[in-house]
Amino acid sequence: MSARRIFARPARFAAIAPYVWMLLFFLVPFGFVLKISLSQTAIAQPPYEPVFDLTAGWGALKAAFAALSVDNFRLLVSDDIYVFAYVRSLTVAVTATALLLLIGYPVAYGMARLPTRWQAVAMVLVIVPFWTSFLIRIYAWINILQHDGLLNQILLALHLVSQPVVWLSTDSAMYIGIVYSYLPFMILPLYATLAKMEPVLEEAASDLGAPPWQVFWLVTFPLSLPGVGAGVLLCFIPIVGEFVIPDLLAGSNSLMIGQTLWLEFFTNKDWPVASAAAIVLLVVLLVPLLLYERLQKRQLEQGR
Amino acid sequence: MTDELPRTDAAADAVGETQSAASEPLLRIEGVAKTFGTFRAVGGVSLDIKAGEFFALLGPSGCGKTTLLRMLAGFEAPDEGRILLGGKDIAQALPHERPINMMFQNYALFPHLSVRDNIAFGLKRAGMVRADIATRVAEMVALVKLEGLEKRKPDQLSGGQRQRVALARALARRPQLLLLDEPLAALDKKLRESTQGELMELQRRLGMTFIIVTHDQEEAMTMASRIGVMRDGKLAQVASPRELYEAPRSRWIAEFVGDINLFDGESKLRDGHRLVIGTRDAGALVVAEPREPVGAGKFSVAIRPEKVKLSRRGPVSEAGHETAINRLDGVVADICYLGGTTTYKVKLDTGGMIQASVANSARLDVDAYSLDQHVVAWFTPDDCVVLPS
Amino acid sequence: MRKVSRLSRFNVASLALGLAFLYLPILILVIYSFNASRLVTVWGGWSLRWYHEFFGDRAMIEAAWMSLRVAVSSATIATLLGTLAAVALSRGEQFHGRTLFSGMLYAPLVMPEVIAGLSLLLLFVALNAERGFWTVTIAHTTLTMCFVAVVVQSRLGSLDRSLEEAAMDLGCNPVRAFLSVTLPLIAPAIVAGWMLAFTLSLDDLVIASFTTGPGSATLPIRIYSEVRLGVKPEINAICTLVIALIAVVIVIASLASKLSSSRGESAAPL
Repeated sequence: MSARRIFARPARFAAIAPYVWMLLFFLVPFGFVLKISLSQTAIAQPPYEPVFDLTAGWGALKAAFAALSVDNFRLLVSDDIYVFAYVRSLTVAVTATALLLLIGYPVAYGMARLPTRWQAVAMVLVIVPFWTSFLIRIYAWINILQHDGLLNQILLALHLVSQPVVWLSTDSAMYIGIVYSYLPFMILPLYATLAKMEPVLEEAASDLGAPPWQVFWLVTFPLSLPGVGAGVLLCFIPIVGEFVIPDLLAGSNSLMIGQTLWLEFFTNKDWPVASAAAIVLLVVLLVPLLLYERLQKRQLEQGR
Repeated sequence: MTDELPRTDAAADAVGETQSAASEPLLRIEGVAKTFGTFRAVGGVSLDIKAGEFFALLGPSGCGKTTLLRMLAGFEAPDEGRILLGGKDIAQALPHERPINMMFQNYALFPHLSVRDNIAFGLKRAGMVRADIATRVAEMVALVKLEGLEKRKPDQLSGGQRQRVALARALARRPQLLLLDEPLAALDKKLRESTQGELMELQRRLGMTFIIVTHDQEEAMTMASRIGVMRDGKLAQVASPRELYEAPRSRWIAEFVGDINLFDGESKLRDGHRLVIGTRDAGALVVAEPREPVGAGKFSVAIRPEKVKLSRRGPVSEAGHETAINRLDGVVADICYLGGTTTYKVKLDTGGMIQASVANSARLDVDAYSLDQHVVAWFTPDDCVVLPS
Repeated sequence: MRKVSRLSRFNVASLALGLAFLYLPILILVIYSFNASRLVTVWGGWSLRWYHEFFGDRAMIEAAWMSLRVAVSSATIATLLGTLAAVALSRGEQFHGRTLFSGMLYAPLVMPEVIAGLSLLLLFVALNAERGFWTVTIAHTTLTMCFVAVVVQSRLGSLDRSLEEAAMDLGCNPVRAFLSVTLPLIAPAIVAGWMLAFTLSLDDLVIASFTTGPGSATLPIRIYSEVRLGVKPEINAICTLVIALIAVVIVIASLASKLSSSRGESAAPL
């Protein structure tokens, strides 16, 4: 529409700077990841053999292409450690996302049912913990979950357990940490759709004879599906690649892919394998990422 | 105060000669068309508007009236055609380059600016000096009777007050042409009626040219000196309110503007200035021959409900030309009491249905008819309009 | 009144529990930062001992200073770029590579940080850039400008377009209309975007770990290496300080946005 175009002519130029920035610092680096994932490990600084050296001319370039190797990827597929890491990452992400939905939905629903004035307050209350550092929030849980931490003290005082429970370095601790850190990401999109929903619809459903659970299941829930989708993707994708939470709260006998990547990179200094792991992770997440992009676009560009 | 009233030079010159046919139109729209994707929103509209006119673009939603208005304001560029303002083509000019201002449907008041700053906004852009801006703003505030509210923000105003701010803001630059996009749609009925009067009064006093877009035919009829009815991106008829109502050019316009009874039929015979049309639902009807002579073929006979008279026994002789009177027998099928008038639906013996609107001139219901009562509906040939089917 | 009745006991309970779950751990952490006892779990009375300890810890202070500098500079650049991106996306017409552009902007919102960190590091290595303040700042800008863009874009999307049209109708060219009408109205979102970028940067461990060089650790990197060794009361104190800092930033920013929305206007009763 030309109405938009009048305004759009100059607005288009606004894209130049961020566009160049994102190309340079977001897209181009993936090229490097891909390139290095195909090169050989070397004990040097940087710890890989460069595959391309454009200054060396065409012949060298051809040789370089010949030298490209998929060894790193072969390693990822053949070595159980990596396969397990991917499987574990996906399992953890699915479980944690399900937990988040289960916990987040009632909270979001409660928020949406508050009187309008209180909704804003509740929203701020949900967002504020998100503003406090992620690392700090994990650290707070270490405080609580450690051997003589608050949780065990309470459990002992209530005589629910006879001796301290080992919480740290377990999957339970990790799930607590993940749910705790990602809860606002689940609640907010859910709340956004639930709050937009007309309460009249639920009233109409019960007027037409639906008992409360049917009202929820046949009207409320289906209408909140866009929010569910956004919340699930917003949690699932980053959890798959999560590093800090499993590293600090879960045990070290089974690693998630984020940890493996970190380990290869910082401890084993095997950059090519780390790069290959990142590429595989990206491929695994491609579908949810694209879904998320579409959702985000639709949400932000409605009415265009 | 009246001496200081803002009026554009063009408008001021034009006031006196509005009536003279020879005067150049202020605005000339020539074959303007606009397509969005595959949707032809406006398809070749040509229209002249004289200085000092209060013109209404009337039509159902989606008829292209708003798109046409937005092309005049410059928010859309026409794909075809020219828009001449004072002889200069402005079709491709940007909104801020046009001496035209617009009052937006939702007012589009800047929420971060006070009433005063909203009104002053366009003046500052025009590079007016500070003192002049203050004078002009005060003038405008007085004009729309908003004294004392200058410091308020839009969200501290009532709907009616906001409407006035929007009007003052659009008038402040003394545009050659003021466009009003459904200016009263957000007001309730009572306020709307009083505001209609004020707008007309203002327009007359300022001698400015107004183009209003509305879907409300009563609003258009009340305020405008001329109405352009739009349908599917085209102007279906441009006429004075009276002509539009009494001599609609098509069946669609007849139905769109006001209530109407329509009987489809074929012309049977001609009798001097009279035409007899045989209708299926109301038998043979005698009608006056239309201005442009029609041949044989299918026609609709249109009669406004208030032109249909009811009586218990048929037309009384004092009506004069009994011979030519159409009389239809039937029974009252539905009664709708509206206060000032009562609308009766009469089921005709010939099978059709006719609506008659009767003024309630007496307080007591001695004249009223009751359901299932036998009545005669009658009307003269001159009350009918013959429309091509 | 009717709305209150929609709130069932179940609703209230789930809300209360949810909020308690979100806040209790942080509250406990803050309280224990004032604990006199070395044992993190035993309450030994109120004390500021661990704060003294932090202010005596040169390495920690340096890391905190580095983090602050990175957070302020990256948030500022990110706000600039993110706002431009949001304007281009919500007001610009179709331009070449628009889909790619919005794709690049939305992906980092959910992209695992290890991927972003690794890829940026490889870029910096390839460019032979000296790693430290600037590389971390660039990395954080890349990530946080996307958040700014989303925040500003959603505000732009909810803004009535006829306001901009009215400005143009009243004599503004498009750029002028943007500056005098759109910008003041989206200012709160821009401020919120800056705050978000600031805290995200202050918070980030993974990307900073990848992109920083030896000798220029950020606060989260220092905290992380301490935390790996176990709970230390000093960390509680640092965390409390960070929380306090962020709280101050939020308060200042929300005051600023309130001020900006009523700027230049005589205050009328609300």
